[in-house]
Amino acid sequence: MLPLIVPLAIITSTAVIGLTGLGCGLLLAMAARFLAVREDERIEALTECLPGINCGACGMAGCGDYARAIIEDDAPVNLCKPGGEETLKAICAYLGIEAQAGEREVALVCCGGHNGLAKHQATYNGIADCIAAERIGGDGKACPFGCMGLGSCARICPVNAIEITEQRLAAVHPALCIGCGACVKACPRNLIGMVPESRKVHILCRSTDRGPVVRKYCEVGCIGCNRCVKAVGKKGITMDGALAVVDYTVPIEDVSVAETCPQSTIVVRDGRKENAS
Amino acid sequence: MKTRAAPYRCAGGLHPVYHKSLTAAAATIPLELPSTLVISLAQHLGAPARPLVKKNETVGRGQPLAEPAGFISAWIHAPTSGKIKAIDEQWTAAGRRATVITMESDGEDRWADGYPQPPLPADADRKQQIDRVAAAGIVGMGGAGFPTHVKLSPPPEKAIDTLIINGAECEPYLTADQRMMVEDADRLRQGIDRIRRLLGTPAVRIAIEDNKPDAVKAIQQALSSLDGDVEVMVLPSAYPQGAEKQLIYSVTGREVPSGGLPMDVGTLVENVGTTLAVADALDSGLPLTERVMTATGDALSQPANLRVRIGTPFDKIIEHCGGTKTPPAKVVCGGPMMGTALPSLAAGVCKTTSGLLLMPQDTVHFFESMACIRCGRCVNYCPMRLMPCTLSEGGEAEDDELLEEYRILDCIECGSCAYVCPAHRPMVQHMKNSKARIALIRRERELTKQRTS
Repeated sequence: MLPLIVPLAIITSTAVIGLTGLGCGLLLAMAARFLAVREDERIEALTECLPGINCGACGMAGCGDYARAIIEDDAPVNLCKPGGEETLKAICAYLGIEAQAGEREVALVCCGGHNGLAKHQATYNGIADCIAAERIGGDGKACPFGCMGLGSCARICPVNAIEITEQRLAAVHPALCIGCGACVKACPRNLIGMVPESRKVHILCRSTDRGPVVRKYCEVGCIGCNRCVKAVGKKGITMDGALAVVDYTVPIEDVSVAETCPQSTIVVRDGRKENAS
Repeated sequence: MKTRAAPYRCAGGLHPVYHKSLTAAAATIPLELPSTLVISLAQHLGAPARPLVKKNETVGRGQPLAEPAGFISAWIHAPTSGKIKAIDEQWTAAGRRATVITMESDGEDRWADGYPQPPLPADADRKQQIDRVAAAGIVGMGGAGFPTHVKLSPPPEKAIDTLIINGAECEPYLTADQRMMVEDADRLRQGIDRIRRLLGTPAVRIAIEDNKPDAVKAIQQALSSLDGDVEVMVLPSAYPQGAEKQLIYSVTGREVPSGGLPMDVGTLVENVGTTLAVADALDSGLPLTERVMTATGDALSQPANLRVRIGTPFDKIIEHCGGTKTPPAKVVCGGPMMGTALPSLAAGVCKTTSGLLLMPQDTVHFFESMACIRCGRCVNYCPMRLMPCTLSEGGEAEDDELLEEYRILDCIECGSCAYVCPAHRPMVQHMKNSKARIALIRRERELTKQRTS
């Protein structure tokens, strides 16, 4: 049997490394104990309550930042648009407070003039981007206010809720929209607005041109005939020059106002129903 | 007076098919007075002019319709006598919407009270002369539309030693400048004399491309009586030889620094049309109400050089030229390289409109733009020695740091890169788009700086 001889070199090296490791371990343990940064566990818990898609609709850098702002800077608890009522409930339950949820808002493209209805005066052969096209005078659509359908809004949407239809018109799917408002800023023609989800009556036109001019380039453009404003008694629809505008702060109960529009610019859509289906 | 070849050759340079023979020998004909005139208030660089007239007002020819809305802006005058029909927003020849005055001509073409103004003697006060140029609403008629009175009043520390008259006309199809040089050489001499006395410039160079021998001859004859350091410079035909910075280099060998102006290297460039307008304003007291332009293209029945009133609708011009031979697929305001697609034929001629080009279907191609294949042709042809390939990719990626590092703001949008690109990339649109975005960002940055300080 061979005698168990361990050379000195092995012993020394094991000892040195072992002791060094031990020392470092102790240092780390001490650092962890005395230099620890106190993380507010409430922030982490609140972040869990938020949807976690970091869309930035609340105005903060992301969900974690918003949670921190609620705890540290007393930010309002109802800023999260994608989360809506559910998130608000979860936050309130955690913080033990009560808050009223505002109505969920969804984006709406205020143009109904797709390629079959709105005239094109030229063919566009350039960068497929609305902002780039607008800088050189548009995409050839005769209406200078209408949707160009080159998809700048669809590309910026964090949840792919905007579809460019085959007829080159941007359409928002209300069920998918999280209400972050990124598309509102992206549209170079300011066609997209945020509207309360329950509203059914919409005017899909933003052309401020006079009626005869609008008629020349679009079959569904607002001609400023004033009929809808009279029908609702100036409650919910007002005139802005030659353009009828829905005032979303006043709900319109009677959807038959859409029938008064000679151009079919007014559409009736039930956002809630579309969501359920 | 001497005639010699230009001593320098600018970078890049293309040789497109010029198609100038369509109208090169056609004498300029005055177009009959149209019944309706559409006058844009944004015909120049800088702030659009502010309207001075109201609907249903009667105006005489030469009466100011709009006043400048800033230092870099210009007066706009009634091109004929008549009645103001409307002031509203419409498509203009510049390819975008702007405020437009629509007026109906009464057919009398009566001058307004006090017009034409009395001529100013050549020894009149300098300021008086420059004020007259400003009041005549003269802007750069080569295409950029920079107000001429601003150009003619450089700060005192910038001495101008060379006046360059731009008769290069390197854009294919256009022959308006060529015809002006052939037909109006004497008046051009008056204009040159006026401008050089005004600035006290010792040297005058008239730059003409070698594909216009008739213009060279006419100018030689007319200018032989002019004393001092006057030379006709014959340039080799190449695009964009007539671009301001390229022309200065070809003629003097001086390079305008990045972000600088021609006055930084002691030069001033005036287009032939602008020089004639200055002569008209000072010697005959006429405000700028008409210009010479070329109506051309293979789809037009009778291409012609026309003297038209500012505001003449383009459909009237087409009608005058015998209508279209074949249906045009593309209608361009200006030349094919730098012109803009015309959004509406009801728009009117601007002070900067050098041509109307109707291209038939077989010369217009629709391209599917592809990824850059890194062949470097655009780099070879860029007259500003930029790297358009990198700039267009940076534009797509919105990488503004890279764009500024690669000097996108030096791009003159001549379109040489797009012309040679085998991947058919919309280079010029990329450049315009990126430049506009960077300008926007810079303005915002400045605003925040002002707010914080």
